[in-house]
Amino acid sequence: MAAPERDPLTGYSTTGHEWDGIKELTTPIPHWWVTVFLGSCLVALLYMWLFPSFATTTGVFKGTLGWTSEGQLAEEMAAGRAAQAEWRRQLADTPLDEVERQPDLRRFAIAGGRAAFNENCAPCHGVGAGGQIGQFPALVDDDWLWGGSLAAIQQTVRFGIRSGHEETRDSMMPAFGEMLSAGEIDSIADYVLTLSDPSAAASRARLPGAELYAANCSACHGAAGEGGRDFGAPRLDDAIWLYGGSKQAIRQQIATPRMGMMPAFAGKLDDDTLRMLALYVHSLGGGER
Amino acid sequence: MASNAENPTGHALIERSTTLLFVLTLLVVLIGGLVEIVPLFKLETTVQPVAGMRPYSPLEQIGRNVYTREGCYTCHSQQIRPFRDEVERYGHYSVAAESMYDHPFLWGSKRTGPDLARVGSKYSNAWHLAHMVDPRSVVPVSIMPAYAFLKHRDIDVEGFGAHMRALRDVGVPYSDTMIAQAAADIRAQASGEETEGLLARYPKAKTGDFDGQPGRVTEMDALIAYLQVLGTLAELAPPISGEGS
Repeated sequence: MAAPERDPLTGYSTTGHEWDGIKELTTPIPHWWVTVFLGSCLVALLYMWLFPSFATTTGVFKGTLGWTSEGQLAEEMAAGRAAQAEWRRQLADTPLDEVERQPDLRRFAIAGGRAAFNENCAPCHGVGAGGQIGQFPALVDDDWLWGGSLAAIQQTVRFGIRSGHEETRDSMMPAFGEMLSAGEIDSIADYVLTLSDPSAAASRARLPGAELYAANCSACHGAAGEGGRDFGAPRLDDAIWLYGGSKQAIRQQIATPRMGMMPAFAGKLDDDTLRMLALYVHSLGGGER
Repeated sequence: MASNAENPTGHALIERSTTLLFVLTLLVVLIGGLVEIVPLFKLETTVQPVAGMRPYSPLEQIGRNVYTREGCYTCHSQQIRPFRDEVERYGHYSVAAESMYDHPFLWGSKRTGPDLARVGSKYSNAWHLAHMVDPRSVVPVSIMPAYAFLKHRDIDVEGFGAHMRALRDVGVPYSDTMIAQAAADIRAQASGEETEGLLARYPKAKTGDFDGQPGRVTEMDALIAYLQVLGTLAELAPPISGEGS
């Protein structure tokens, strides 16, 4: 074959291949394409050089810029904290009951508390803290198991209830099903039901359960069912029943008590957030001085 | 090109010789393969060790298998990314060492529900049980299906040692004692009784009658035991000072 055939239209030579009269040209790849391709390779190499890119025998090549995702996060977190620094400093320096009297600081704390509450507390206590009947207590009323002052709420949030934390609030109601007969438990349930009934104030002492209540229950729940916050023993003289107020439910609670468990949030949430949470819960309606 | 049929050069030369084409192709594939594969042999150098990590207890591992079987990972990720919004909500970002005993890992990539990498100890056992039986009873806006049937599926307490041996073959450091005590550890963790041996072998394991059915060890016990340990083992420093994990 002599000099390769040249295509008159484009000026490129053919490869010498021919299929049914169709010939292949040796048209080179366009310059712009080659430039972009080689440029991309260079950018890739530059990127590998600047940023963490590959494992080595001893660790990771860290890149010449020293960039890390942890470092970037730390900057973002620091910037976010810096924007709130003044408020957080004030919150940390002000006793919680003083915060109540400073409207701007209170607004900041309540807003932070609400956000933390909705993420961490609402699954059990409900959005808006209405509680869940038969499961988890409401926080919007003044019926507190362990106390409704700012300090008491903060302690509960920090260390939980029967949480396993070493400073947790803890108590245990005995299972009276193993100690008393079914008839005795029945009598106590009848008596407990009268505690929240003012019309039975005079007659209830004559019930057979009165003596059993005094002997077995009054030490924690109080002589008149006023509750005992030192033990997280609920009031029995109101119409609020966490695990149900029917006679059957009360009988079951005496025989095989259910006892709530709340996780400790110290260590999970930072100190500022724990204080905000206490203020938020205290503000929901039942907060005590 | 200078190439012609009698004296082929360059590309034409390679195309006309099968042997040369084969040898050069092999060379290219080898280089590409080495570049991609060799770093994998050194992968462990990229995992920074973290204090506190341990293999899953038998009951937790069974719960993990239930989690995998039910496809929980299709809606829940287990990977907190290092961004402020994630760290503020879920806690410390996930690190590689936290998945070192995961076979398979369950990082997931979709969040129809929330991330679960640090759900352990966030809620009580009673909440998890109520939530599994009827998610809308505790989270009214939830679209999660109910998993009440897990309460009625007993697990094979005696037969789990073989599964642990299989995991040991792929690198999970279960000791002979751990495998021999598997059945006892499962019963201890699901009852909360006689847990000394369990807690010595698997520190920080959550124990108790998770499913409210004393005397039975069900898949519900296992799943809640697994959820309650997620993200609680690694001892990680806060991302910035003053920030809880």
